[in-house]
Amino acid sequence: MKLKRRANLEPYLLLLPSLAYLAIFFAWPMVQAFGLAFRADDGRWTLEFFRRMVGDAAFWPAVRTSLILVLTIIPLQFILALTMALLATAGLRGSGALIYFYALPIAVSDLAAGIVWFSVFTERGYLNTVLQGLGLLEKPFIFLQYGATWAVIAVILAEVWRATSIVFVILVAGLQGIPKEYNEAAEVFGAGWFARLRKVTLPMLRPSIQVALILRTILAFQVFAVVVALTGDGVKVLASEAYQWYNQWRNLNVAAAYAALILAISMLSTGIYLRALRTRPEAQAV
Amino acid sequence: MASRASAPLARRAGRSLVYLAAILVALYIMIPIYLVAVMAFSPRAVVYDYPKPLIPTQLSLETMSFFLNAYGILDSVKNSVLVAIFTLAISLAIGAPAGYALARYIFPGGDIYRILILSTRAFPVVILSIPLISTYINWGLDDTTLGVALLHTAMALPTTILVTSSVFVGVSKDLEEAAMTMGCTRAGAFRRVALPLALPGLAASAIFTFVLSWNEVFGAAILTVQNQTLPAKLIVQLNQSPIPFRFAGGFFILVPAIVFMLFVRRYLFSLWGVKLR
Repeated sequence: MKLKRRANLEPYLLLLPSLAYLAIFFAWPMVQAFGLAFRADDGRWTLEFFRRMVGDAAFWPAVRTSLILVLTIIPLQFILALTMALLATAGLRGSGALIYFYALPIAVSDLAAGIVWFSVFTERGYLNTVLQGLGLLEKPFIFLQYGATWAVIAVILAEVWRATSIVFVILVAGLQGIPKEYNEAAEVFGAGWFARLRKVTLPMLRPSIQVALILRTILAFQVFAVVVALTGDGVKVLASEAYQWYNQWRNLNVAAAYAALILAISMLSTGIYLRALRTRPEAQAV
Repeated sequence: MASRASAPLARRAGRSLVYLAAILVALYIMIPIYLVAVMAFSPRAVVYDYPKPLIPTQLSLETMSFFLNAYGILDSVKNSVLVAIFTLAISLAIGAPAGYALARYIFPGGDIYRILILSTRAFPVVILSIPLISTYINWGLDDTTLGVALLHTAMALPTTILVTSSVFVGVSKDLEEAAMTMGCTRAGAFRRVALPLALPGLAASAIFTFVLSWNEVFGAAILTVQNQTLPAKLIVQLNQSPIPFRFAGGFFILVPAIVFMLFVRRYLFSLWGVKLR
């Protein structure tokens, strides 16, 4: 009655539908994105759509903002998520409730997050209410002005608020996988809290950090609804431009050029992370 | 070790600081949700008010019903629910067998499959949905709820597979084997023994898929024109909409998320904590 020993076709038959599905609805669209971006209607290969994308006045601002968002949001998220993960696993009373609150934004859509923070940052919103109430402002400040730095900061805060939870959960799962003995041993040898964090916890967390970094970077290049809900088209990012090119101007090819660009950047950054954070076999053996 | 004598006091002070930090972070997360809820349940006049009330002065359903009665909103809610149900049905039907295979069999290629699935879980929705526009036009799936559901399934499938796999790992194989010694077939043992035990976990996975689909904006907005889901409808008309409409809409899409977290708390870490083995 050993289920495992018998080499048979059952597992492959069970996997087949999912593989077929992902081939049709996952792999093929990615190939097709490049086809749409680089092939004219008559089937010739062309850089025409790419040129139109790059030549558009909104292109470089969108690239710039997307990069700024990734470079600010991800470090902030990691510091915050690590703090949250350490707090949640510190053995506090009520840590079950804590984990619930900290993880809650995972289920919040980017659109809802944009609207939630719109209530804070809009001219007649809560932030102005509080700042004016404290006497720090004489009249409401327009945070979400077209193209303003404050609008980008609002997007950063909303994204950090919404998407840190995923990093938090991944890190907590990683922390729970670290055997207690390691930290206890370090403590016996006189390592302080900070030394233990740096020398034991963080190196052991490396695989989780890698997963979280890749996931978050890929998703950060696709921020869309938060930006639209907060700023209209006052702040431009790559995904919102892709949306505009299709929904406003019905140009599928240029929209696909944006998609291809996002895909290329995502794969590039994943490659960089995999190289930079290579896990040594001994750390993986746990 | 010289500081041992003062340790209890210092430790207690440190402990309260840790509690303080924990509470501050929790407030940072909860306060914005609270604020938009206050707006959603204030009368419309109050929503336009400035300064805004930090504590609700008068509760009212006026803003919420204004939103729900706006043209096309109820239809889009119906579409959202339909898309989400299609999505969870298809992804469970395709994903659960794969998850079961990963949990129960050791076979050549299993690890490669697992890595493949892991690498597809950072759903690149922008990249997937734009090419699907032309595919759907060819297939006659453009502007349909089924089309959106098929995209959402592609996004949800990797997670469904990984979660169902961890659910079936948790259901003891011995019970299935026992059923088989008593004359059950392989399929019968699965249906009568493993499946009932796995149901709560499968339900959590289904709820997760439902919320993923309910929340998704970009693909739904780009693949539909008439048959929009709620987020698609909201994003298209958001910036021309009155403020009470936005806050009520934002709160309305938020609610399932909050409820969802109550149900899947236990499975949270197997949803997102799966690592490469």
